[in-house]
Amino acid sequence: MKFETPATTNPVDRMKVVGQARSRIDGPLKTTGTAPYAYEHHREIENVAYGYVVGAAIAKGRINAVDTASAKAAPGVVAVVTSGDVGKLGKGKYNTVKLLAGPDVDHYHQAVAVVVAETFEQARAAAALVRVDYVRTNGRFDLDAALKTAPLTDADKPGKGEDRVGKFETAFASAAVKLDAEYTTPDHSHAMMEPFASIAAWDGDALTVWTSNQMIDWGRTDLATTLNMPKEKVTFLSPYIGGGFGGKLFLRSDAVLAALGAKAAGRPVKVAMSRPFMANNTTHRPATRQRIRIGTTKDGTITAIAHQSGSGDQPNGSPEAAVLQTNLLYAGANRLTSMRLAVLDLPEGNAMRAPGEAPGLMALEVAMDEMAEKLGMDPIAFRVKNDTQVDPKDPKRRFSQRQLVRCLSEGAQRFGWSQRNATPAQVRDGRWLVGMGVASAFRNHMNMPSGARVRLGTDGVVTVETDMTDIGTGSYTIIAQTAAEMMGVPADSVIVKLGNSTFPVSAGSGGQFGAANSTAGVYAACVKLRDAVAQRLGYNSADAVFDSGRVTSGNRSAALRQAASAGELAAEDKVEFGDLDKTWQLSTFGAHFVEVGVNMYTGATRLRRMLAVCAAGRIINPTTARSQVIGAMTMGVGSALMEELAVDKRFGFFVNHDLASYEVPVHADIPHQEVIFLDEADDKANPMKAKGIGELGLCGVGAAVANAVYNATGVRIRDYPLTLDKHLDRLPAVA
Amino acid sequence: MRAFTYERAKDASAAARAVTANPAAKFIAGGTNLLDLMKIEVETPTHLVDVQDLGFDKIEATREGGLRIGALVTNTNLAAEERVRRDYGVLTRAIVAGASGQLRNKASTAGNLLQRTRCPYFYDTNMACNKRKPGSGCAAIGGYSRQLGVIGVSDSCIATFPGDMAVAMRVLDAVVETVDATGQRRSIPIADFHRLWGDKPEQDTVLKQGELITAVTLPKPLGGKHFYEKVRDRASYAYALVSVAAVIQPDGTGRVAFGGVAPRPWRVEAADALLPRGAAAVTARAFQGATPTKDNAFKLPLATRALASVLAEAKA
Repeated sequence: MKFETPATTNPVDRMKVVGQARSRIDGPLKTTGTAPYAYEHHREIENVAYGYVVGAAIAKGRINAVDTASAKAAPGVVAVVTSGDVGKLGKGKYNTVKLLAGPDVDHYHQAVAVVVAETFEQARAAAALVRVDYVRTNGRFDLDAALKTAPLTDADKPGKGEDRVGKFETAFASAAVKLDAEYTTPDHSHAMMEPFASIAAWDGDALTVWTSNQMIDWGRTDLATTLNMPKEKVTFLSPYIGGGFGGKLFLRSDAVLAALGAKAAGRPVKVAMSRPFMANNTTHRPATRQRIRIGTTKDGTITAIAHQSGSGDQPNGSPEAAVLQTNLLYAGANRLTSMRLAVLDLPEGNAMRAPGEAPGLMALEVAMDEMAEKLGMDPIAFRVKNDTQVDPKDPKRRFSQRQLVRCLSEGAQRFGWSQRNATPAQVRDGRWLVGMGVASAFRNHMNMPSGARVRLGTDGVVTVETDMTDIGTGSYTIIAQTAAEMMGVPADSVIVKLGNSTFPVSAGSGGQFGAANSTAGVYAACVKLRDAVAQRLGYNSADAVFDSGRVTSGNRSAALRQAASAGELAAEDKVEFGDLDKTWQLSTFGAHFVEVGVNMYTGATRLRRMLAVCAAGRIINPTTARSQVIGAMTMGVGSALMEELAVDKRFGFFVNHDLASYEVPVHADIPHQEVIFLDEADDKANPMKAKGIGELGLCGVGAAVANAVYNATGVRIRDYPLTLDKHLDRLPAVA
Repeated sequence: MRAFTYERAKDASAAARAVTANPAAKFIAGGTNLLDLMKIEVETPTHLVDVQDLGFDKIEATREGGLRIGALVTNTNLAAEERVRRDYGVLTRAIVAGASGQLRNKASTAGNLLQRTRCPYFYDTNMACNKRKPGSGCAAIGGYSRQLGVIGVSDSCIATFPGDMAVAMRVLDAVVETVDATGQRRSIPIADFHRLWGDKPEQDTVLKQGELITAVTLPKPLGGKHFYEKVRDRASYAYALVSVAAVIQPDGTGRVAFGGVAPRPWRVEAADALLPRGAAAVTARAFQGATPTKDNAFKLPLATRALASVLAEAKA
């Protein structure tokens, strides 16, 4: 199905199943520990040996020699594999850096070897016996130093450099009110609960990998590329995933080393990353250094806006695209955005939940707050005044839907924004300085082709097969709801099978594109299956109504299962997209409101209340969507208040590489969270009329927290995370 | 983790003998810290002597009017004990401010005293660490040191003792009771129990190899108001940036110890005497000679402010 013109009325509009709040159908499996995660496929595979990864002890240099003799002689060891044992490996399209070091070492904890043994404990003990002789060379680990000579870059159009509208410099110079401020965000770790893990089993030259990966086809393809083998010989399975946040968009070393280890061992091998490897072996969200300039008239109309960001990555890497939302979020005749990319020898930077917008809005939405204060305007009024319904660069392009103003105004009412004291540091509750903050939320919606196969069994059961993944988001549930709505059956009579490379290729999970696109793919396959059903029953498919387990056409009616009585019916299709997303700007919007308390003695910040109002097209399942948003809000609190991978610029690594030292919020950090979805259906997006939500919930949260902290204390911190040491000396004297 | 042998000791002196006889042996109680460190080979004992059957799991009144806490009393049980909550509130507050419910269920009183530093360089065996590998150097000096010590540290180590319970015990003037392989018993004031690093940061405490903690005694109750103010970036399950254990009497006198700042719970009795003059006077004396890094210099004003918070609450 090619989606080229806006959706008209379709069966999903009935909203009998789609749009209804439903608990996750995989919930009982998860809560009883019976959903098999990547490391846990005990039933399918026998005689599994255990692989343990040896990580590089240096950040930059060369492996002079590897002595594996002691490791190989250790109890239970089956095989030891280093780069010297496997010939030249390929490199996956989505990997910036190779996944097995040798002879060069590109970053700290890059995999150097895998040790395979009969038990996990034997493999781990033997891994410590691998002796690697390194030649250390100087690396580039200091972002600020490296940015001084870093070139302009553009994520999509290398070398293009700057994105300009009008004459920013002239307009800014003559603006009545101006802000010129710099903001920094640190490197972030995905820190998902389930570490990277894979089991690999060879059958001749065919390879099956049970893994934890958000993008089945990308992972399968890159694994085949890495191993120099045909993609058709690789089966990639990832039915349950314990979180990813973008870290699992890509093939990682666990899958490669499990495959290489299994080859060497002559039997299946499982490999899991230990937690201390997670920060440096894998990818992370890169740190940013951002400069924002805003110029307005006296009445608060933006006349000039510039957002420039610098970040670093490994050679041939990509920037953290922190400036992109600034092209679209607010009006203004004169505009400039640009990015610089420094070469660093820290671990590979890559996508983490809302890449670009998450750190970008942490800066832009604080700048908007600062500007509103300069203007003496309410920060909501300032945003509303500069709302735009068109792409500022190309005013012919309208947003397909844009209810930012309504998100802000409804949120303000719900949250009691009018109670906020615009003068900071005025409100106290015992030992707490209390403040409120707001920020806009913005994230583009992306179209991705997505396929599915739908079967109607002879027993009348509808089964959906797609390589879509469920990373804890609710994909199983919303796909069941979609198929149920389309085929006119209850959701609990739909079987959903995901995460299997033998199924049609889907959008996968990432960039908040998963839910809307994968259900649109299921919609497309269901349209085909409906045709097949109607044809089998001798009905005109154009007027056939699928409802309550029956198919009705005019005055004829039959049970759905009757269509399959002579044999199973199956249909496969995918949704593909025309250029509606060029004609229209497809984006999602929201507003985040937070209230914080800052301990007037210690400076520690604790959240008191949070509210998100989201406008993101049709909400397919309010329960799973709310879970996505509150999880994202929690992640936003982490990025605002505590999350930071600490860089040791001497040795070139992230020092706090475990969950004791890389702090993420715990339950005690998170107060009451309220989420409101505006009633929307975006007919320009897809036949589901749905858009993404999982990243919108994060976008702007950090800035809302920062603005609330400022409102509480009167001290502006522009350097995340907002830990107490950054404002302690500017808080009121207490001793 | 290296392979190790394991035995479950039947009595205290046999346990002490087993560990004394083998320099690569260690006691294990709850194991909440030791096992984690063994998995990453920061600790590499070849033999473990499990002391959980030794029966040191009671809290008893002493003749002096205090309490004797068995070495194996869990953190959960110690914090919840009625006499502790009533008479030694600072201790209960400190314990429940630490770790998580699950860990406190497993962690023992003696083990809590013996927990090792959380310096990230100590945890990474690729990094130089005099505490982990004597003579190898200290990667933390000049590195990421936000969490590390500001006083009592040395040129060879700037790590802290990370615990909470011991900070309260320091305020209470607890005494650590031990027995060695010869049956010799020793009573070590908590003030002397944890060492300053000097040039031997590998030795956290004054215990000799094979010397086994049997109990911790608390003198008779001090009265007064009890406080444990723990400052950290997140609200729970994090080590203290700075903590303040204090017992404040109605006349404004009292005692105070600081956690998260030094190789041991940091208390300076001469600073206690300045409590009636306010937090700044106390910390000026307590932290005299401090040697913070650029990363952790904030701990000094933070200690003052955290104490000011306690003193304000004491007055309220």
